[in-house]
Amino acid sequence: MTKKIARFKKTPDAYVSTTNACKLCKPMGACLAFRGIEGCVPYLHGSQGCATYMRRYTISHFREPMDIASSSLGEKHAVYGGGPNLKKGILNVIDKYGANMVGIATTCLTETIGDDLPMLLQEFHVEMKEAEVTLPILVNVSTPSYSGTHMEGFHATVRAVADQLADQQEPPTGSLPTSFVNLLPGLVSPGDIRHLKDILADFGIASVILPDISDTLDGAPQVEYQKIPPGGTPVAHIRNMGNAAATLEFGRTHILTGDTGGQLLAERFGVPHYPLGMPIGLQECDRFFEALATASNRPIPDKHQQERGRLVDAYVDGHKYISGKKAIVYGEEDLVVAMTSFLSEIGIKPVLCASGGNSGYLQEAIATATGDILSEPPLVEDNVDFYEIADKAKSLEPDLLIGNSKGFALARQLEIPIIRVGFPIHDRFGAQRILHLGYRGTQNLFDQIVNAVIAKKQTDSPVGYSYL
Amino acid sequence: MTQSPIFQERANQIHRKGDNQPFELACNKESLAGAVSQRACVFCGSRVVLYPIADALHLVHGPVGCAVYTWDIRGALSSGPELHRLSFSTDLQERDVIFGGEEKLTRALRELIDRHQPNAAFVYSTCIVGIIGDNLETICRRMSEEKGIPVIPVQSEGFKGNKRAGYNAACRAMFRLVGTGDTSDISPHSINILGDFNLAGEIWIIRKYFERMGVQVVANITGDGRVSDLARAHGAALNVVQCSGATLDLAKMMKEDYGIPIERVSYFGVEDMAEALYRVANFFDDDPTILQRAKELVREELSILYPQLQELRKDLNGKKAAIYVGGAFKAFSLVKAFRLLGMDVVMVGSQTGTTEDYKELHEITDEGTIIVDDSNPLELSAFLTEKNVDIFVGGVKERPIAYKLGIGFCDHNHERKEALEGFVGMLNFAKEVHRTVTSPVWRFVPRNISPATLEE
Ligand code: SF4
Ligand code: SF4
Repeated sequence: MTKKIARFKKTPDAYVSTTNACKLCKPMGACLAFRGIEGCVPYLHGSQGCATYMRRYTISHFREPMDIASSSLGEKHAVYGGGPNLKKGILNVIDKYGANMVGIATTCLTETIGDDLPMLLQEFHVEMKEAEVTLPILVNVSTPSYSGTHMEGFHATVRAVADQLADQQEPPTGSLPTSFVNLLPGLVSPGDIRHLKDILADFGIASVILPDISDTLDGAPQVEYQKIPPGGTPVAHIRNMGNAAATLEFGRTHILTGDTGGQLLAERFGVPHYPLGMPIGLQECDRFFEALATASNRPIPDKHQQERGRLVDAYVDGHKYISGKKAIVYGEEDLVVAMTSFLSEIGIKPVLCASGGNSGYLQEAIATATGDILSEPPLVEDNVDFYEIADKAKSLEPDLLIGNSKGFALARQLEIPIIRVGFPIHDRFGAQRILHLGYRGTQNLFDQIVNAVIAKKQTDSPVGYSYL
Repeated sequence: MTQSPIFQERANQIHRKGDNQPFELACNKESLAGAVSQRACVFCGSRVVLYPIADALHLVHGPVGCAVYTWDIRGALSSGPELHRLSFSTDLQERDVIFGGEEKLTRALRELIDRHQPNAAFVYSTCIVGIIGDNLETICRRMSEEKGIPVIPVQSEGFKGNKRAGYNAACRAMFRLVGTGDTSDISPHSINILGDFNLAGEIWIIRKYFERMGVQVVANITGDGRVSDLARAHGAALNVVQCSGATLDLAKMMKEDYGIPIERVSYFGVEDMAEALYRVANFFDDDPTILQRAKELVREELSILYPQLQELRKDLNGKKAAIYVGGAFKAFSLVKAFRLLGMDVVMVGSQTGTTEDYKELHEITDEGTIIVDDSNPLELSAFLTEKNVDIFVGGVKERPIAYKLGIGFCDHNHERKEALEGFVGMLNFAKEVHRTVTSPVWRFVPRNISPATLEE
């Protein structure tokens, strides 16, 4: 696999500053991934502000409590090193949260002052052993935001968890049968994860989904405050990931980096690796379902065949409303790839595929995923912000925006509908339940898109048609 | 909960009013590592205060996160330019961190000033800038000369204290503008409004009150703020300062250098709102018509407000409320506002209260009330459960704590979208409290069907 070549701003006329970034910072991704592990408290090694901001941000999307601990570094720690506060903070988290695992991510600050997290933790393990204190599992990941986005932080964390916990020695535990697959879904909604679980169950496939935010970021009210919300990938299962029959991993750009959790499991334990696109749209879903059929050695269950059939039927019923419409798609790279592939199937022209991410593989991944459906390749821009997207939009005259809430201002300005997908969505209700994946998720997105176009037509019409 | 949620090291930051002990509460401390404080950072404090200045460029010098998390986050409204609603960042990359970010900052400033033609630019430093040691002062000075507008550094490195330190940094930045504008047309009966951020258009409500009284408002600091107004703010006769900390430092600096007196007020709740108007009117006692108009205004507003409040009160009487807000000053008004609704405040706390703030809170609250500084989700949830409250007032981070426990909630922080200031704001507040407390949804959450509650 090709290693990525370091890329800075592509074109000489690119802007120096960033206006309305189309990305978030790296530790944010780490916190989200850690939140999908059972008994785990996310912990940021840095000053208090970063943790608080990320909590606020996550809460506004998921509408769930999000306790992120911080080593709350002050001025003197920034000068003399954050080690003592790091350790003190972890002990406090253990004491009050009873965490089974603490997921520690660095921030820009601690990376810059040169705190060596693995070394500090090693030291800490020794000290605590001497003091006869039992520590929970400590997993660490390096996430300086000046080299990457929240998505890179998310993936790095999944990889770090697999790297530091997965094993082949331990026999499968009671709740996990001997034959199972690993599924690394990337950052999708809790609703998506629930749907994935159902699909796997329908194939009779046992799985380890890492991370699993289906309950931890979308749970029920409780009589008592849940210090750590129930749910998440059990650590015992993660330890077992080296014994899996296969790893299915979503994300076409992510996989091209050659540096993924699935690839690590393949290299270290020989677990067969099935790289897949995010299953949005017929083609990507078909690939996913075929992979499941292969992995389970079973045909695609009837239920899903029918869902697929209904989706095709909907494609036909709805095609005229949307055929030839132009869309701008933006957000995390892998989501952009999957959405672009889906749009190309339904006859919507992706006129700009944009991301704040900068893996360098966006263009290639889009070309592969869309295949020969598109008569001409769309304009693909990575490492952009919303100022640049808006700038391009002027001449592209899109009919639709597809992406997270952050495109709202642009949609408002262009007076076109926006279909909200991905993260963050904080100007609408129910972000945690949006279904993007599978035939059913695609159906949901398709209906939304068609209806948005119809609604626009109805609103703009001087007559106000009641039948459309 | 089996084990106390209170960290030993935080025990002296929590107080239960009662048994006539002398009141003492530790505060203004660094947040405890690992305690999941609800607090943000110095940068956050500066950003909150300066952000509503709508015709200035606000450039966050640092990696992308700090800017992204504060992008148009508070909904401070502007009646004109909306430059403040964009999120500008130098988005430092690895090589900037290694070689220093000064060059990128210079180029970014030049680019953005040319593009947006702002009337001033604020450049915020974040943690990392404090570490790599970029010289903001020099770069800003040079850029000022080059572009002919004030370019002002805000020393807001996140780790150098808490939000309160950020308020101070913001005030120092604004003070550089004060005194540079023409004051010749300012009336002797004039004020600056400090410490209001025009969330949901609140400063427009307040301005109108003052205008109805015949008082000129020179500068909004900072809601719907303008650079040129700040520049001539020293021409006002009085600084009217709301909120416990945010802009008080600026008022103090103006008092020292320009001799402008200070009145501290609050616009939340009937009592405090009326009091604010009377204080200003009494200050201008050379013109008794101002007080007369203030009285008329209050009477008029109350005659509209009271009957409606009475109606809402019927359902709210005896319900229990908990408060956790950023600044303690707001908490005083909330305690009174709840009392007006016939409700009992059983817990009150803030992120950044001072010793005096907490003393005052102690005085105005009832026996048994929990008073807390710099709290966290574990403590807050334990207090809410223990006190069996009906409504919790806080910000976005507090909301899911309440909802998860099946408790009503009112958003009273910088992100609210409903005007809560002034007489009309009191009505909005009462309506919101009423809407949540009387909602039937609480019948279905575990809390209210638990046997413990039924036995009560
Ligand atoms: S300092 Fe880094 S980690 Fe913290 S908020 Fe800013 S970008 Fe994110
Ligand atoms: S890096 Fe510093 S300034 Fe930025 S959010 Fe974190 S604590 Fe605040």
